[in-house]
Amino acid sequence: MRYEAPTTVKGAVKLLAGKAGLARVLAGGTDLLVQMRTDRVAPDLIVDVKRIAGMRRIEAKAGGFRIGAAVSGAELGEHKGMRKAWPGVVEAACLIGSTQVQGRATLAGNLCNASPAADSVPALIAAGAAVVVVGPRGRRTVPVEQIPVGPGRTSLKRGELVEAILLPKRPPRSGDAYLRFIPRSEMDIAVVGAGVSLTLDRQGVCSAARVALGAVAERVIRVPEAEAALIGTKVDGEALERMAASCSAACRPIDDKRGTREFRIKVAGVLARRAAAIALKRARGK
Amino acid sequence: MVRVTTRINGDEVTFVCEPDETLLDVLRDRLNLTGAKEGCGTGDCGACSVTLDGRVVCSCLVLGAEAEGRQVGTVEGIARNGKLHPLQEKFLEFAALQCGVCTPGFLVAAKALLERNPDPTEAEIRFGLAGNLCRCTGYDKIVRAVQAAAAAMRKG
Ligand SMILES: Cc1cc2nc3c(=O)[nH]c(=O)nc-3n(C[C@H](O)[C@H](O)[C@H](O)COP(=O)(O)OP(=O)(O)OC[C@H]3O[C@@H](n4cnc5c(N)ncnc54)[C@H](O)[C@@H]3O)c2cc1C
Ligand code: FES
Ligand code: FES
Repeated sequence: MRYEAPTTVKGAVKLLAGKAGLARVLAGGTDLLVQMRTDRVAPDLIVDVKRIAGMRRIEAKAGGFRIGAAVSGAELGEHKGMRKAWPGVVEAACLIGSTQVQGRATLAGNLCNASPAADSVPALIAAGAAVVVVGPRGRRTVPVEQIPVGPGRTSLKRGELVEAILLPKRPPRSGDAYLRFIPRSEMDIAVVGAGVSLTLDRQGVCSAARVALGAVAERVIRVPEAEAALIGTKVDGEALERMAASCSAACRPIDDKRGTREFRIKVAGVLARRAAAIALKRARGK
Repeated sequence: MVRVTTRINGDEVTFVCEPDETLLDVLRDRLNLTGAKEGCGTGDCGACSVTLDGRVVCSCLVLGAEAEGRQVGTVEGIARNGKLHPLQEKFLEFAALQCGVCTPGFLVAAKALLERNPDPTEAEIRFGLAGNLCRCTGYDKIVRAVQAAAAAMRKG
């Protein structure tokens, strides 16, 4: 195996697109190094992206944010602007692992590892986030929901990497939230995760909403029916019940010892309703 | 092999390692810094905790090669000039260890926690140290020792 730590994105792409056999990007390594140590992947080349200055920064951009793909959870959690504008995204990122894991884990790694239970992904999809993908043919911007295609599989092509995550401009009276269910109080994999983002108009009527669920399908899913149940309402009890029912109906989960099928379906609705209530409170500025 | 120059507990160190060798293996097997322990090798137990540029990380999930030009802090650097750190003193005083395998990791993680938050609540300590597992003490004595060390350090 070869280890390279290029200092430019161009250098990283060149390495990844070269004839090196199996190549892997190394961000925080909290998935990749575990997989290597347990013999689930044996790369010929590792491209560490943490020496690329532009991938280590969070920048305010076009009213929103550009988060470099090598920014750690701990760094994101310390960013005041992000905490204020996108508390749901930050709380989801900060749920990942322990303090030790937070010092290394990135949003891009969480996304590109493509686990259906990845905590930050439902929050990013709810937020309407996109990623900048760069490869041998240049750059393209892709909505987050189009990156994972199945467990451990992404739509990235050979030689491509995620350079940054883009969060859009936040309209006034907006809020987001992420909640997960785990059997313990810390350090566990989501049995269900729910991310909700919504915007209210001046009358307090919901004008935009996005809802995404984790760990209830082969990848994180967006639930348009749940969004429709909120839009045009005052996000009252009845609207929340309809949204919860739409979430449960969208689930096609696995059945295992950590959560039965029935349990995951039910909890998806409950968590989405609670996350929407928190997002609503935040949108009302409370 | 990769040649790496880094700073460990303030001292410049140069070593050679395999590209897929972890920082934990480099510390223990090449540099004879055996304070950090391997409990799991998969990021779950925290026995291998060290700081990298001031942040606590699991050294079992860091490559040795990544340490180039960085600052590494291990448990060996916590006592200064032969004098134990307040955390070490309180761990002894409160009997916050039995077998001791988890202790270097707890000390490194607790020191980093107190640097960011000099007056943590019990809940903040328990959440902050949730990445460190202990099979012996039941955690209570560890939490008390960290609280006592924090109080002693605030007094100065
Ligand atoms: C103890 C422990 C607890 C954990 N707890 C949680 C948890 O609670 N919730 C959760 O969701 N996850 C958890 N994880 C999993 C992991 O920490 C997260 O998925 C993390 O976000 C991965 O980020 P990373 O930067 O470490 O990724 P890496 O391990 O560096 O990379 C992961 C994968 O993505 C690829 N990749 C990384 N960056 C890019 C990029 N920029 N472009 C293209 N591909 C890229 C890598 O090649 C690799 O295949 C835990 C892991 C451990 C060890
Ligand atoms: S040995 Fe590194 S976390 Fe257990
Ligand atoms: S003292 Fe034995 S594991 Fe903690």
